[in-house]
Amino acid sequence: MSAQVQNNGVAASKTNTQPLWLLAEVTYRCPLHCAFCYNPTDYDKHTKNELSTEQWIQALRDARKLGALQLGISGGEPLLRDDIEEIVAEAGRLGYYTNLITSGVGLTEKRISAFKEGGLDHIQLSMHDITEEINNFITNTRTFELKKKVAAMIKDHGYPMVLNVVIHRYNIKHIKEILEMAEALGADFVELANTQYYGWSLVNRSQLMPTKEQIDEAEAVTNEFRKKVGNKMKIYFVVPDYFSERPKKCMNGWGEVFMIVTANGDVLPCHSARVLPDMTFPNVKANGLKWVWEESPAFNKYRGDDWMKEPCRSCDEKEKDLGGCRCQAFLLSGDAEAADPVCTKSPHRHLIDEAIANAQKPHLQAQPIFFRNDKNSRKLIEGENRELVEEFHALP
Amino acid sequence: MSTISDSQDKTTVATGDIYALARHYRFQWEDAQQCYVLLFPEGMIKLNGGAGEVIKRVDGQRTVGEIVSDTQQAFPDVADLESDIIAMLDLAIEKAWLEKRN
Repeated sequence: MSAQVQNNGVAASKTNTQPLWLLAEVTYRCPLHCAFCYNPTDYDKHTKNELSTEQWIQALRDARKLGALQLGISGGEPLLRDDIEEIVAEAGRLGYYTNLITSGVGLTEKRISAFKEGGLDHIQLSMHDITEEINNFITNTRTFELKKKVAAMIKDHGYPMVLNVVIHRYNIKHIKEILEMAEALGADFVELANTQYYGWSLVNRSQLMPTKEQIDEAEAVTNEFRKKVGNKMKIYFVVPDYFSERPKKCMNGWGEVFMIVTANGDVLPCHSARVLPDMTFPNVKANGLKWVWEESPAFNKYRGDDWMKEPCRSCDEKEKDLGGCRCQAFLLSGDAEAADPVCTKSPHRHLIDEAIANAQKPHLQAQPIFFRNDKNSRKLIEGENRELVEEFHALP
Repeated sequence: MSTISDSQDKTTVATGDIYALARHYRFQWEDAQQCYVLLFPEGMIKLNGGAGEVIKRVDGQRTVGEIVSDTQQAFPDVADLESDIIAMLDLAIEKAWLEKRN
């Protein structure tokens, strides 16, 4: 008798997949302008054709029938929609474990009470630093005081407090102080998410990437802190893959356990899949989720390992990471079926090493950050600022 | 998109201990998976038949001893149930799914 411990619920085989995790990216609109945002750089295309409340409710019902259990309501900033109360209440009725992923902007006493009544299980609040200066700089907004108020509100209403802190060069030296702040705020869970380079963070990679030594130090500080707080505050440290020798098992495998419905209804196996070439993603306006998950060419494209080429195909570690991330392979190498360049067995590993080296060059570090905002998104869509995106294969 | 690492401390249960599900954890039967699941922020655990039967009885009222005898009564044909149940509870405590209530 043993628990089948599946942190993130890895499915056993190709024929036994279930979308246990559903992420509803309900809007790409956002009051913050974070330099490290993973949202698509051309998100501005998808801000005027968002799904209606009824369409979201239908998507929640259909995904639940397929076995979806963990629901993340994210964005952009989900609270920019005024129907999150209705969406939360439906999720509660359906038996989801529901998480609101928010910057805190727009969270009021009235709304948080309505969410509680509707059965919201937890709120994940993004925090950025212990200093107002860095919080405001990296998000390009004045949101420092507000976040502390929202944290207190979450606690007052009896929610588990989950803080998500994206780690980059500007805050990595403050890990200990960030964890102390989290403890003082009464956080139950803290996710220290080292920046991964997709979307806006890829554009700003040289400006954001810390050194290997800084990451090692941050992990050591985190481990020390864990010993001190024990199970009172659970700390996750999301390892930055550029500094590993093997890639992450991205999304726990393509079409294995994750399904994302985006603001305009596109259904994706991972956050940034739309960067991949020659793919048509299904949309809930036209396709049932059962077909999307089980039959659609997009969800079957990289399931299992039939699609692999060398060095992955004959690699004795292929089951561990399934070749890593398809988006990262394509963004960096131009070949979506290549091994993730993070892997030291990849012929493209030099691209990662060069990126790490570049991030130490003062003139590249000092480039202005290209903040995530509507104006910059439109510029990229219209072909301006080519120099920012030229080396990456899929940015518009 | 992420790789997650975490760490836990070791513990072990005594017959008179009373446990309940940890705060913010939810335990429910899932038709689609045909098993019990534990849900919590950022994670879920599928519990196979035996594990689900044990966690189901952890209710903040029954002692470990009562959970053992109750499970034995429900599954009289299973040998060595007690050590399996204790191992399951130890694991659940180590993972912080359960909180001690006495």
